[in-house]
Amino acid sequence: MTDIVTDKAGLLLQDVVIRHGERVLVALTQHVAPGEVLTVMGPSGAGKSTLLGFIGGFLDPVFDAEGRVIVDGDDITDAAPETRHAGLLFQDPLLFPHMSVAGNLMFALPADIRGHMPRMALVNEALRGVDLEGLGERDPETLSGGQKARVALARVLLSRPRMLLLDEPFSKLDQALRGQMRELVFAKARESRLPVLLVTHDPADAQAAGGTTITLEP
Amino acid sequence: MFRLTFLGPALTVLLLAGPVGFGLAGTVLPAFGISPGFGGGSFGLHYFRELFAQPALFCSMTLSLTSGLASAVLSLLIVMLFTAAFAGTATFRRMQHLLGPLLSLPHAAAALAIAFLIAPSGMIMRLISPELTGWERPPDLLIVHDPLALSMIGALVAKEVPFLLLMTLAALPQAPVERVCQLTGALGYGRVAGFIHGAWPGIYRQIRLPVFAVIAFASSNVEVALILGPTQPQTLAARLVTWMSDPDLSQRYLASAGALLQLGVTGLAFAIWLGLERLCAALRNKAACGGLRMRRDRAVQVVSLTAMILAAGAIFAGLAALAVWSFAGLWQFPDFLPGSFTLRNWMKALPRVVEPLGTTLTIGVASAFIAAILSVLCFVHEDRTGKRAGRGGQALIYLPLIVPQVTFIFGLQFLLVASGWLATLPALLFAHLVFVMPYAYLCLKDPWRSFDRRYEQVAAGLGKSPMTTLFRIRLPMMLRPLLVLFAIGFSVSVGLYLPTVLIGAGRLTTITSEAVALASGGNRRIIGVYAFFQMLLPVAGFAIATLVPALIFRRFRGMQV
Repeated sequence: MTDIVTDKAGLLLQDVVIRHGERVLVALTQHVAPGEVLTVMGPSGAGKSTLLGFIGGFLDPVFDAEGRVIVDGDDITDAAPETRHAGLLFQDPLLFPHMSVAGNLMFALPADIRGHMPRMALVNEALRGVDLEGLGERDPETLSGGQKARVALARVLLSRPRMLLLDEPFSKLDQALRGQMRELVFAKARESRLPVLLVTHDPADAQAAGGTTITLEP
Repeated sequence: MFRLTFLGPALTVLLLAGPVGFGLAGTVLPAFGISPGFGGGSFGLHYFRELFAQPALFCSMTLSLTSGLASAVLSLLIVMLFTAAFAGTATFRRMQHLLGPLLSLPHAAAALAIAFLIAPSGMIMRLISPELTGWERPPDLLIVHDPLALSMIGALVAKEVPFLLLMTLAALPQAPVERVCQLTGALGYGRVAGFIHGAWPGIYRQIRLPVFAVIAFASSNVEVALILGPTQPQTLAARLVTWMSDPDLSQRYLASAGALLQLGVTGLAFAIWLGLERLCAALRNKAACGGLRMRRDRAVQVVSLTAMILAAGAIFAGLAALAVWSFAGLWQFPDFLPGSFTLRNWMKALPRVVEPLGTTLTIGVASAFIAAILSVLCFVHEDRTGKRAGRGGQALIYLPLIVPQVTFIFGLQFLLVASGWLATLPALLFAHLVFVMPYAYLCLKDPWRSFDRRYEQVAAGLGKSPMTTLFRIRLPMMLRPLLVLFAIGFSVSVGLYLPTVLIGAGRLTTITSEAVALASGGNRRIIGVYAFFQMLLPVAGFAIATLVPALIFRRFRGMQV
């Protein structure tokens, strides 16, 4: 299609087409620069989450997909999900219920950071970064909805992702929290220079994200 | 290593189909006089002639057929009417909790409990004597071992009702009972009639295989028949085991022919059941087309609740009686309670209990553990490939429960004798695993499939391999259902009688096989001790399954039920 240089930094979706049987759900070529947000909108069933699944490596086998997913010049289209480093945030925080808050963060921290003290230090710093200092030993189930969402964000950032894939992450938060959380997520993404793909129903999300918005037709 | 998950379904198929297939072959061939490796047989149909020349064989067959069908009809009817009348009510939930523990009780223990209750010198007689009956000594009545097999049918019904109720319970979420009953109610139908027209067909479709398993077990079981069944003659399956255990090896050919006949009898029971299904569907359609509202169904509610309470109450009361007997000193008829209590029975029995108890625990824990691993592998493979077992796979899971045990375990015994593995721990473990595996798989199926797989996606996004995700996220989060699987598998193994007798060949015994062997001797105090262990072991399994996760995850509210 267009001449796109593949060694560009950020997330490149090149000639991506996702089909369900004969029906084409998604067909796009987009580049998301580090720190930028690409917002994908569209009604339920339009294939928004399917696109995230394709990029993250969890595409349901009932769909056929073609095209390339390239991150910072690396083609990850055929890579195993765990080697793609696609940080995911869903509408539910999905904190692992059998680990403490710090346990969740420790689990996310890459293994090449060795030693309990350095790891703990990074975890505490991450908690401080989302305003949850001192809550490390808590049972995630005892946190408020907003706190859980922030732990989920801290967890995904600690895993050193190469991009963020957000699947309606703010939709279950109440109005006041939603605004704060949006700002926090986008600020962190800019800070870490991560390309972000945001799937949402809510036009206010798209506005706050500020980047390109595309709409999938049902 | 993850590529090896195909071993899960492959080994499971082998484990379920192999013993049934080879076992049946090992049963069928000797029936015609073919037995590689054994002398004494000559080809032909003469073993069948010998079989049919056995006294009262037709009577034995009829007993097996009628008791099998009668107990299936009665238990299904009770469950259906009770569900119709009470689904969604507090009564239903209470009954479900009451009956739950009975599910894990071995058939033999339930039969012994009922025997202790209804025998001429049992608890009921003691309760009403001599005030109502005038009896000062146990009456000479054939209540246990009655020729019509009524006490046996009663025990089977009491034991199968909890099983079918639990299966119905698992099917309920897929049937919109509440809405259907509101709809039919608005059309003016009574609750029971509305349920039977609107919701039951969908539920029955899902519990059909368990119902067939009930028919197969009831028409071919040995332990309940030995404890409560008629003696002149015995049921076909009980007579088969006598021939199978005969030291005279030529009796084995007779037993093979008999096992084949048992297969025919159970097959006939299935065929009759299929006919009954059609008949009932036709009757239901006729009632529906006639618009019969049947609004006055209060009697159905009362009867179904009474039947439920009777079924559960009889077993619980019998178990209590067993426990009392195990501590009883002198206990004369018609005293309701023993004159004195003593630990002597326990002291006397304990040294003898140690060895079978050890075998029971070893086999139970090992088979439950292996079944758990195989089930997990099956479901991990299913997740990986996105392919679920089809209808054939579902039927295969039930295969060892639908083919009568006695018909293929006997053939398996033949093969094990030939290979020199008979009466070894691995062989017994293998035989138990065949029956533990279906329950393990069925038990894990719904919890596994309802797991929120986004947790795994999150973990993969954090850079974790499928192996790490399995061991650090999925299995710990599923600890509770896994331990329930373990407890159920263990209790199934504890309860197995026939595989233990035939494959253990008297040299390896378990608590259950010993309890049944003691039943004919009539020493109630010692039987009480063994039956107590039969109760205790499954309960201990479930206690562990409840306590361990509660302890490990006591800090995590999201892991509590």
